[in-house]
Amino acid sequence: MNIFAENLFGEVPKVSSGNLVVEGELDTRHGPILYLEDVSVSFDGFKALNHMSLYIDAGELRCMIGPNGAGKTTLMDVITGKTRPDTGTVFFGQTIDLLQIDEPAIAQAGICRKFQKPSVFDALTVFENLELALKADKRTWQTLFYRLNGEQRDRIDQIIETIGLTACNHQRAGILSHGQKQWLEIGMLLMQEPKVMLVDEPIAGMTHQEIERTAELLLSLQGQRSIVVVEHDMEFVRSIASKVTVLHEGSVLTEGTMDEVQNDPRVIQVYLGG
Amino acid sequence: MKLIGLGTDKIGTTVLILLASVSFIIPLCNLVSPADSPLHFSAYTVSVLGKYLTFALLGLSLDLVWGYCGILALGQGAFFALGGYAMGMYLMRQIGTRGVYGDPLLPDFMVFLNWKELPWYWLGFDNFWFALLMVVLVPGVLAFVFGWLAFRSRVTGVYLSIITQALTYALLLAFFRNEMGFGGNNGLTDFKELLGFNIQSEALRALLLMISGVTLIAVFILCRWLVNTKLGRVVTAIRDQESRVRFLGYRVEMFKLWIFVFSAMIAGIAGALYVPQVGIINPSEFSPLNSLEIVIWVAIGGRGTLYGAIIGAVLVNYSKTVLTGLMPEIWLFTLGAVFVLVTVFLPDGLVGLMRRRLQESHS
Ligand SMILES: Nc1ncnc2c1ncn2[C@@H]1O[C@H](COP(=O)(O)OP(=O)(O)OP(=O)(O)O)[C@@H](O)[C@H]1O
Ligand SMILES: [Mg+2]
Repeated sequence: MNIFAENLFGEVPKVSSGNLVVEGELDTRHGPILYLEDVSVSFDGFKALNHMSLYIDAGELRCMIGPNGAGKTTLMDVITGKTRPDTGTVFFGQTIDLLQIDEPAIAQAGICRKFQKPSVFDALTVFENLELALKADKRTWQTLFYRLNGEQRDRIDQIIETIGLTACNHQRAGILSHGQKQWLEIGMLLMQEPKVMLVDEPIAGMTHQEIERTAELLLSLQGQRSIVVVEHDMEFVRSIASKVTVLHEGSVLTEGTMDEVQNDPRVIQVYLGG
Repeated sequence: MKLIGLGTDKIGTTVLILLASVSFIIPLCNLVSPADSPLHFSAYTVSVLGKYLTFALLGLSLDLVWGYCGILALGQGAFFALGGYAMGMYLMRQIGTRGVYGDPLLPDFMVFLNWKELPWYWLGFDNFWFALLMVVLVPGVLAFVFGWLAFRSRVTGVYLSIITQALTYALLLAFFRNEMGFGGNNGLTDFKELLGFNIQSEALRALLLMISGVTLIAVFILCRWLVNTKLGRVVTAIRDQESRVRFLGYRVEMFKLWIFVFSAMIAGIAGALYVPQVGIINPSEFSPLNSLEIVIWVAIGGRGTLYGAIIGAVLVNYSKTVLTGLMPEIWLFTLGAVFVLVTVFLPDGLVGLMRRRLQESHS
């Protein structure tokens, strides 16, 4: 009935399973949500990424491990537009070519990131940090006249509770501990309601308890969002990962379950042999 | 009060009250008391105070871009001068036949250059409202074009500061040239009247002081509101971690451009208020040194607080008036020395010091 009525007025029928492919809109009906193929990045001749290919599925929780300098952070830099690769293709779904758009456009498309070095805004309060991250119209005039509505306030409060910072709500982020800053940044990630979350070393500086809560949080998000976690802590990785990718010298060394990769002789060689 | 966050802020409130008193009590005293009464302020005092207030407005405009957005713009004086020239052009056209050559249309310097007609860019400046529009539009458009080019190509830090200095220096050279049609070296001066008032008259001077004060208060409150909006917080975030803001989906260059243009417009208004009170505008206002001085006012007052810029601008310029009266040759050295001392010992400026005192007295 609805479709019929809309057709009467000459409008395009909106079918929930959406058959139209719109250029620049996320389309993940076939294949992975993130798609990197043959990506290379070099810094002054040094290959930080070397013909790397990687596919992340919608709703997947993927862990990336690898020794220092393997190219894990560089990989996130490429996906978020911070670093442009020398060669290769990077797609978000089937339709969005990430090499054609810049950092804010990538963020607005739904790929958000937590940095290795926690980077929250020290001069702003916890609440304000989250408010800035909140998914919204982020153009200048719209930002100038932006008012939080009750629902959004509740959402921020809810996230503050999730990240356990209720007591520091109106304190400047600058005075938080390292672990709390990590949590705040995770909270900022959640505020953006991303489709893909790139989480670079989330648990550095956290207590045991905090680490457990982080694992719970990430596991609870699995399925709704695609999450890529980079972490050195093997115990943590084991507690959350179903699939682990091992990077080494800018390429994928192997992929598999935690047990598979840990027993892979090449992985053992890389970690022990240096 | 709550809206602009003044309730809890003693220094800000004090500055506002002081500003309001200066801009209303002094003109009122002059209006009601006879010239020989002790309540009567001299014409000199009135216009010097008015001048300080326009400098305070200029300092405020720099604090927005530098203190809040972290853009160390060393060409703020150029926007001030452009606003001043726009007002000067209106005042020139008001002279009419009262000039030395008595030409009803052409200002004296054009007659002197043997020009036969008014250049197209002088058209419309006989209209006060058009001139007022240009006071904000010309600096705004220049800031827009300049900022668009600079911020889009992500020029930041020292490089940006240097090209803003280059901008004001280029304008200095251009305005020195007679062929530009802005009076060359001498600039625009010998104004006769503003909106029908004799420009020398006490009443107009008092009025200009009052208008400068009211404008400063209004802009101060507007800026207070601005920095407390979400845009203000984005701008602060850009100051502290520019690239991080991009990854939250904000177009950093557009925010910088917005604040830069807004601040250039304020500087233009300051220039327009300055010119009728000092009676002249010439290319020296574009001097790169002037723009550096503005940075010093804000640094001494305390950046990123808005009222710090006001306090700094007024104090430094008052000292300048006093010192250049006593020993003109030592002024620049003193200013330099104070700047160095403040940077080293008072990174938050005088306001930082006052805040600490206030906190101590509370605890
Ligand atoms: N901007 C840069 N300029 C030069 N070299 C760089 C740059 N960024 C990264 N590299 C180099 O590229 C290599 C990969 O760095 P990357 O940060 O991606 O490693 P990583 O896997 O994240 O390591 P870690 O576990 O220590 O975080 C390193 O050798 C690093 O020194
Ligand atoms: Mg890294």
